[in-house]
Amino acid sequence: MNPVVRRHLTDKIVVAVSFAVTAAILAVLAFILGTLIYNGLAAMKLSLFTESTPPPGSAGGLANAIMGSLMMTVLATLIATPVGILAGTYLAEYARGNKLASVVRFINDVLLSAPSIIIGLFVYTIIVMPMGHFSAWAGTVALAIIAVPIIVRTTEDMLSLVPDTLREAGMALGTPKWMVILHIGYKAAFQGMLTGILLAIARVSGETAPLLFTALNNQFWSMDLNAPMANLPVVIFQFAMSPYADWRELAWGGALLITFTVLVLNVLARVLSSQKKRAA
Amino acid sequence: MDEAPRRKGNARSRIGDPLFKWLTWSFTMLVLLILGGVVFTLVEGSIPVFKTMGLDFLITAKWNPVTDQYGVIVPLVGTLVTALIAMLVGVPTSFAIAFFLTELCPYFIRQPISIAIELLAAVPSIIYGIWGLFIVAPYFQSHIEPVLIAVLGPIPVLGALFQGPAIGIGMLLAGLILGLMILPFITAVTRDVFSSVPAVLRESAYGLGCTRWEVVRRIVLPYCRTGVVGAVMLGLGRALGETMAVTFVIGNAHRLSTSLMAPGTTISATLANEFTEAVGDVYTSALIGLGLVLFVLTFFVLALGKRLLLRAGH
Repeated sequence: MNPVVRRHLTDKIVVAVSFAVTAAILAVLAFILGTLIYNGLAAMKLSLFTESTPPPGSAGGLANAIMGSLMMTVLATLIATPVGILAGTYLAEYARGNKLASVVRFINDVLLSAPSIIIGLFVYTIIVMPMGHFSAWAGTVALAIIAVPIIVRTTEDMLSLVPDTLREAGMALGTPKWMVILHIGYKAAFQGMLTGILLAIARVSGETAPLLFTALNNQFWSMDLNAPMANLPVVIFQFAMSPYADWRELAWGGALLITFTVLVLNVLARVLSSQKKRAA
Repeated sequence: MDEAPRRKGNARSRIGDPLFKWLTWSFTMLVLLILGGVVFTLVEGSIPVFKTMGLDFLITAKWNPVTDQYGVIVPLVGTLVTALIAMLVGVPTSFAIAFFLTELCPYFIRQPISIAIELLAAVPSIIYGIWGLFIVAPYFQSHIEPVLIAVLGPIPVLGALFQGPAIGIGMLLAGLILGLMILPFITAVTRDVFSSVPAVLRESAYGLGCTRWEVVRRIVLPYCRTGVVGAVMLGLGRALGETMAVTFVIGNAHRLSTSLMAPGTTISATLANEFTEAVGDVYTSALIGLGLVLFVLTFFVLALGKRLLLRAGH
């Protein structure tokens, strides 16, 4: 074959393949969301939000699991946010070009994608074993440990984007450095940092593996942080793996709820960060 | 300027500055402490199993809670095999999508497609699990696996991978779903690395009459080889540690088999299934030992990937 023709043919084929692959993957995403909506909507009744998880064969809902997930996610966010923001602040404001900071940055990035089940093991060893029982606190701590690296990373990135001239202007007025960070750095980086927190919440609200050994599950309505607590991901896991049709239906309902929440949070975070870009 | 406010300002920074610096520093140390704590608890927790099994723990394929004999091989092989399948699926797909996004895609749909691919990464692991188990597995069992067994099964050597009854769930399905899950991560990094190639290099190649494929193959890929390998490593790190989706679709059977369609297990799936039910110190310790092996493995893969990306300037 003529080399020029062959080259253009190869090019056409590769282009066509990558078109097809991209389209196929987008179709898979649509397919996943489609099946979730189709199967999940069947479970969307009022009882889903008002009744607790049932024994097999009777009607019920996911109220206790929804409440448990909400409580643990909110508490984990409340713990992880200050920790992550302050650590990120140190990395961006006090430790530029510092050896220690580059080690921490590296470790933070590794923790960011480390297997979450390992975090579950860790929290099991330091909290569940000494206490002698599973508890919502342990689950909260596990989720917080997963959220921290995300917040550290975005805080550092966003503070590093704040131009030094702003800091210098603040300093020139005689403002102490810590007030410059609080009033100028945080103010300028606010939207970006908020994006990081939203992404951390999104990540944490779907996490299952670290909760298996920490918060475990609870069949009943419980607000006691010192006891095992029901939560959506673990309930979905148990119910989906069970042979009972009504449990499986609830699992689909929970799956739809979680995915919907996570995707809304992600889209929200993206809207926030694109607004930021436009303003800059 | 009058005296009082200035002194006040000085006092504020005299106390406030060191205090705030110390505060942020101590939370930074907390991040280090978490990693240190993870390593310490894993090592400490796996001491009993190393006392009982010795280094046999790392080389034996036994896993018998009744006789208290444990070895890491079966779940480790499962982890590696599923991750390998995931890479075989995920890497070429990610490259194709990154190629599409950086070279072919009209500007106005680039952003929406990128976001859609990133949403794929945001979907929680457990959702992939439930979708894989109830939607994909039955189809896989009735339509895909019989074909694979019929077509690839009779081939010598390679055929050994495609034997046995079609049951849907198993290592192959787990690997495929893992591939789908790591794809957005590899795509995102690869796309960024691809776009870091100076436009002038690209344009010179086009100017010489290169086709789009040749530009990517001969200019873009060689230019960002390090970054691309780094991206692949980050994806591999994710694939090794992924838990819930795998637990749903791998079948959770503690045995080695040559066929990819047989049910198997991975380190993380074994942990998810057995940890809360483990009775006895050695059993628990063996599971923590599995965790240690997984952690060391992912740590090195992720660290390597991260280093490569740093070297490539990302």
